[in-house]
Amino acid sequence: MAKTTAPSNVAKSNRKWITGYSIIGVLLFITYQFLLPWEGLPLGIYDAIYQWMPPSAINESLVYIIMALGLNIVVGYAGLLDLGYVAFWAIGGYCAGWFMSEFFYFLNINFLGSVPAEAPGIHINFWMVLFIGGFICALFGILIGAPTLRLKSDYLALVTLGFGEIIPQVFFNGENFFGYNISNGTKGIVMVDPIPVGVKNLGPFDFGWKLLIFLFLTAIMVFISLRLRRGRLGRAWLAIREDELAASMMGVPLMRTKLSAYAVGAFAGGLGGVAFATHVNGVYAERFNFTISIFLLAMVVLGGMGNVWGVILGAFILSWVNGNGLTAFGQLYNDRFGTDVDFASFTFLLFGLVLIFMMLFKREGLLPESRLKLMLHEDELDDADATSKSGDK
Amino acid sequence: MSAMLEVKNIQVGYGKIIAVKDVSVTVNKGEIVTLIGSNGAGKSTTLRTISGLIKPRSGEILFNGKRIDGIPGHEIVGLGICHSPEGRRIFPRMTVKENLELGAFLRNNKGEVAADLDRVLTLFPRLKERIEQRAGTMSGGEQQMLAVSRALMGAPQLLLLDEPSMGLAPVLVEMIFETIAKIRQQGITILLIEQNANAALEIADRAYVLESGVVKISGTAKELRADDKVTKAYLGH
Repeated sequence: MAKTTAPSNVAKSNRKWITGYSIIGVLLFITYQFLLPWEGLPLGIYDAIYQWMPPSAINESLVYIIMALGLNIVVGYAGLLDLGYVAFWAIGGYCAGWFMSEFFYFLNINFLGSVPAEAPGIHINFWMVLFIGGFICALFGILIGAPTLRLKSDYLALVTLGFGEIIPQVFFNGENFFGYNISNGTKGIVMVDPIPVGVKNLGPFDFGWKLLIFLFLTAIMVFISLRLRRGRLGRAWLAIREDELAASMMGVPLMRTKLSAYAVGAFAGGLGGVAFATHVNGVYAERFNFTISIFLLAMVVLGGMGNVWGVILGAFILSWVNGNGLTAFGQLYNDRFGTDVDFASFTFLLFGLVLIFMMLFKREGLLPESRLKLMLHEDELDDADATSKSGDK
Repeated sequence: MSAMLEVKNIQVGYGKIIAVKDVSVTVNKGEIVTLIGSNGAGKSTTLRTISGLIKPRSGEILFNGKRIDGIPGHEIVGLGICHSPEGRRIFPRMTVKENLELGAFLRNNKGEVAADLDRVLTLFPRLKERIEQRAGTMSGGEQQMLAVSRALMGAPQLLLLDEPSMGLAPVLVEMIFETIAKIRQQGITILLIEQNANAALEIADRAYVLESGVVKISGTAKELRADDKVTKAYLGH
């Protein structure tokens, strides 16, 4: 018989996770903001942190977590395969580029910006740009979703794939977009405004404080994900994932429900895009490529589709391996054995192997959502079902 | 008695195939009406058209005097027509309770929904025992009970039941039909599709016999049970 999960258990388990998340967050912040610059820190520990988990890597992985949580709403909650999520990352990034830099040098708009008022360009406060980016992405999510969400899953995946290719290409060649320069093309938009936090402005090297801000944004996404999941909309998404036709027979409006999944997912893409632009202090068209979409999808699948905590874990592991872990490991290995192997070049081989083995032995991901686990082990379930049926007659 | 549902000369097709050529059905308030006929006669298509899953090519459907053909399926539920579909289509990975809650998706009055939940669980005590169990792990009969209950959770005026006895053991078939009669006593009008014409004609007030997408015979259940052609073709006497 299947395991049952009463809602109160879910809430309790979530509380446990939220406590864990807060503790880890505070520890990370203390480590990077206070411990690392501390003079008394033994050099060995300092080096180890810089080799295995430098401040920029941890911040980058948080950006990936924000994105993966957004994609999880589309793929994990509503069951809509999206192969072009990078488009939202790009749009979010360019929102930061447009509204928080000197890119539009011929304008002079400053709204609570973090630079002097006479600076050219549009300078809107970071916190507002976060929402502007999120909403513009959500709008694009609806625009792309409205005509395509009627398609069945495979075709939808293809259309999103196209969307994920088109948007970055538009930015890539955006130096002359019908006569206007919208993206500065391959040169990218360099230098976005620092993040104002009242007492000071956080520049590109304030890793510790930015870590705290990214942790906060991640927490917002976790909160949104958990709240939506428990609510009416979450149940509608779940019903659609299970059986579209039956869901519509229950009165679930299919289009509107799917569109809202797209919009919320895209909103997270916008948040992440703006955050990433402040992290790398610029917007670079060539960074928004197809691999990112697949990479994010792999994070969701590896961690456990539909489970917020699983997705966080999956996103953290993959972005760490991709960004820093494998290089650090390679260095350690080469030093120890005197070899000269370029481990970082094996990143995608490793990802491929991990995905193959996950699909063979743990399809539901590292921290699976209980329902999905059932779905992916349906064969065993059917057997159990058959025996219980025959006992019934 | 006033006509609650009037289906007037609908024609329905999928692509080039015409599944329903010309069907007219009337259901009065408080009745149990059954559509009987062999496989492919167009029974399920008629039901799916009523609940807005397919649009008719011609003809019209009136519910309480208002035209409802062309209204999308999810809005039809809100009007008070709930459909327990062929093949049950419960949400297998959700618990029984979650399934029932989804049945009441459009309703906002929590008190009424809770009362209805109690009501269906009294109707099907088996589901009460399994309330926290995943629906897909239940037996076929229990799943059918759930499908009917889930439709009832939408507070229907008109309940559409598509083959509620399909694939069930005889004991359970009897139990399902008894429950359908009970549901009618609670004031819910029922349009029932059955292959088990004997059982259907026993509880129904009126019946329509469909053949290749057209209504061949119609009348009260009593008349049809006495009709030679019907008994030979569908009742197996």
